[in-house]
Amino acid sequence: MNIYSQISANKTKTWLIMFLFVIFITTILFVYGKASGYGLSYAGIGLIISGLMTFASYYYSDKMILGMSGAKQIQKKGNPELFRIVENLCIGAGIPMPKIYIIEDSAPNAFATGRDPKHSIVCVTTGILSKLDKAELEGVIAHELSHIQNYDIRVMSVVVILVGLVALLADFFMRSLWYGGNRRDRESSNAASIFLFIGIILAVLSPIIATLIQLAVSRKREFLADASGSLLTRYPEGLASALEKIAKDKEPLEAANNATAHLYIANPFKGKIEGSWFANLFNTHPPIEERIKILRSM
Amino acid sequence: MDVNLILIGVVVFIVLFVWFTYNSLATGRVRIKEALSGIDVQLKRRVDLVPNLLETVKGYAKHEKELLENVTKARSSLMQATTTREKAVSDNMLSSALKSLIAISEAYPDLKASKNFLNLQEELSDIEAKIAYARQFFNTNVGSYNSTLVNFPGSIIGSIFGFKQEDFFEATDAERKNVKVSF
Repeated sequence: MNIYSQISANKTKTWLIMFLFVIFITTILFVYGKASGYGLSYAGIGLIISGLMTFASYYYSDKMILGMSGAKQIQKKGNPELFRIVENLCIGAGIPMPKIYIIEDSAPNAFATGRDPKHSIVCVTTGILSKLDKAELEGVIAHELSHIQNYDIRVMSVVVILVGLVALLADFFMRSLWYGGNRRDRESSNAASIFLFIGIILAVLSPIIATLIQLAVSRKREFLADASGSLLTRYPEGLASALEKIAKDKEPLEAANNATAHLYIANPFKGKIEGSWFANLFNTHPPIEERIKILRSM
Repeated sequence: MDVNLILIGVVVFIVLFVWFTYNSLATGRVRIKEALSGIDVQLKRRVDLVPNLLETVKGYAKHEKELLENVTKARSSLMQATTTREKAVSDNMLSSALKSLIAISEAYPDLKASKNFLNLQEELSDIEAKIAYARQFFNTNVGSYNSTLVNFPGSIIGSIFGFKQEDFFEATDAERKNVKVSF
């Protein structure tokens, strides 16, 4: 698959996910509105709050994340070999050169961020630089550049806005039940109490459902970045053996937290049990063995 | 009335269809041009590096006249090349001429140890890697453009508006054999 068609397929998928998500949210709104008797008035407020929060984190994502992880920018002199790898792969991918940052941490990991290819950043730990050879490092960098090229940071931001909205709405709804007791008494009919019942169930379940959708999208993007990264290096084995080394290393990355976990090349919290399908539902990354298996079959 | 509406719908649909296909072909052509200029940048870097390299080698290995001449010849043919195919062929020539030039350093320990030569050699291999990636990007673009042009709606609309298949950046096997490699 050509990179351009991949990018456009991604954009289409993002729209599709957004569309489904909007339907999901409209359903919730309808139920909440019916059940609480407030109608749609607070839906708008929820959208504005969620949108502003995520827009800020999207627009300043690079600075915030770099601040959180304590990364330092390097120039070509700092590590000419790494710099050349990034330069070459960027030429191959047809994207502008990102800024390169290094985190002082012996846990091998890497991530990319930035709102579009022109404002992008690739960040690697000193651990990954010392533990991987050149072909493996190329595989990892190509994976990260693919995240940039596929606009994954934008995709995830859109998803996060919607997840935030769902959580806020559920919260508002539960609060409105608390304070709006009198209102309901006046118009208590059979239909209203059914909606109230559904509304409470939705309020409990919807944040979880939304998060599961978010994680599913995140995992799809990892597979995609693996594939288009391999297309770039023409050597899937490099990334496969890099992932193997990363999987063997049991040290967790100190700089990572829940907000940034989905950005890394492999789940930065080591030691959590992977394996059962139920545990996998709550992972930002697909199981590493499965990624390696797919890479080796390319 | 109803028939007219259907006719209008069909016409609008066809117009939109032609419009989108035309645009995707035109975009493809622009991207190929961009990617070619990406290769040109790297080819230019190599062309600029060659005189330096020749000077350095001459200092230690004056008698390798033929080798030095081969490099000069390949360089000037690359500078004169205009079409993609010509560029690919003379780039291929220059690559192998340079390869044999670098290889003679084995026979001249002083040259091999020279710091200048080592720097040039490193830069040359960097440029070569970049040319390879630029070529890969170019060929990916050509591939997707050509396949749009071969497949159904593109093939018709392409021939109406005069879109032509583009060359890949590569020398054919026959052209590769013509390059003389002498060690």
